[in-house]
Amino acid sequence: MRDIQQIKNDFPIFSRTIHGHPLVYLDNGATSQKPKHVIDAVASFLQTHNANVHRGIYTLSEEATTLYEGVREKVAKFIHARSSKEIVFTHNATESLNLIALSWARQHLKKGDEIITTVMEHHSNIVPWQMLAQERGIILRFVPVITEAGILDIDACMQLLNSRTKLVCVGHMSNLLGTVNPIRVFAVKAHEIGAKIVVDGCQAVPHMPIDVQDLQADFYAFSSHKMLGPTGVGVLWAREEILETTEPIIGGGDMIKTVSQTEATWNDIPWKFEAGTPNVSGVIGLGAAIDYLTQIGMQNIWNHEQKIAQYVLPKLLDIDGVHVFGIQEAREDRGAIFSFWIDKIHPHDIASILDEEGIAIRAGHMCTQPLLTAYKKSAAARVSFYLYNSINDADAFLVAIKKAKSIFE
Amino acid sequence: MSDLYRDIIIDHYKHPRNVGELADAKIHGHEDNLMCGDSVDIYISFNDHGVASDIKWTGEGCALSQASASLLSDMLRGKTREEIAQISEHDILEVVGTSLNPSRQACATLSVHALHKGLKANI
Repeated sequence: MRDIQQIKNDFPIFSRTIHGHPLVYLDNGATSQKPKHVIDAVASFLQTHNANVHRGIYTLSEEATTLYEGVREKVAKFIHARSSKEIVFTHNATESLNLIALSWARQHLKKGDEIITTVMEHHSNIVPWQMLAQERGIILRFVPVITEAGILDIDACMQLLNSRTKLVCVGHMSNLLGTVNPIRVFAVKAHEIGAKIVVDGCQAVPHMPIDVQDLQADFYAFSSHKMLGPTGVGVLWAREEILETTEPIIGGGDMIKTVSQTEATWNDIPWKFEAGTPNVSGVIGLGAAIDYLTQIGMQNIWNHEQKIAQYVLPKLLDIDGVHVFGIQEAREDRGAIFSFWIDKIHPHDIASILDEEGIAIRAGHMCTQPLLTAYKKSAAARVSFYLYNSINDADAFLVAIKKAKSIFE
Repeated sequence: MSDLYRDIIIDHYKHPRNVGELADAKIHGHEDNLMCGDSVDIYISFNDHGVASDIKWTGEGCALSQASASLLSDMLRGKTREEIAQISEHDILEVVGTSLNPSRQACATLSVHALHKGLKANI
């Protein structure tokens, strides 16, 4: 892998300071910073190729369409989809998950059917299912978390699965715990009883190689902005046969083949799910992000973050009064996300003190209130590392935590 | 040392003044910060001259919200209801720090919002 300082130099934001200190950005779980390649790709598109897609005979529109559809090919290759027809562009991962709930699930589930999600999920993989359950009289069940181990209770999940289960919804990597869940185990069990599996891949796709076929997933959702791309673009991957047999939920331009005064016929997949003008420049930026990540190598990125985890986690646990959520050691099923609390210091105070040192960390409920409740907490502090974070960043963080402790001692 | 966490904040956070509840308070206000789950309850009793004679508060949360509540409780003593009604966010920020960013200002002014909700509920 390239030198970390060289990689950092690709990201213009790291040339600025915060409160007089160099920026140490450790909130990658919320969003990632953008390399010059992505910023330039978006600017270049807007400056030289801008037109609407799927509209034109004229040169510019053909160029915009070719670039936009080219990114669909890149995304398909990046996650090992069978074809780019399986890639639907949305506006964020939350919309991708809601699209499943409002289209496929609403069309295929009936009263008394059951959906299984987990206590470990981000709110975006809970609330859409709650809303659907309330609307349709569907039963929503939760796989519990073994809190001391930081993992899902797979045995309990097996107990929950039954002939009424139609959908199992699991996050690939927890945004609070960093736990990597055994997706294929859930997929195999779900398929045995005829259920489908939805995977929230937001925290996984930016950090590790992804093969949706190897995972045996049916639906896989993620967002551009956590993987160096622009905000405003999400991806929903679903198996071709599922998309073919699902009705669209948003009508309008681009999603139709023909329209009369009384009816319309749908466009082919994936376009029947992309009504209206998409975020073309954002998608172009996602394409540049995928090029950048691919050039560095997803396995290299994962290995780098594993090294950071091996360095940070024991040192963090060694600080008196600091407690880390989840798996207590660096290992293959744990990413470089560390949520923690410190005795007698509120997470917001930790985040404020670190901000004064130029270190950006997250504090709050992380959109995981059911999971925090399982840990009997209402808030946490979180650091989440990425490819541009160095051991120096980790050290700056550890020193600042000790400073925070000294202020409150 | 920290700009935000000056001695006065740490002192009031570690040794909060006037903590408790007043069963027969004339004014009781409660406010939550939905973003972080912090909360403050504030209680005021007045003597026969209409002057705040007993002030108590309880709460949970970060150093800024809790120290601000403690500082506010000290500010209220000896004031009339009319004088208390004049206390604004600005008054507490002047003590705690005017350079706070908007989300931390919400922490620092939580007790002022609890106070004004209490005043409104008891006109």
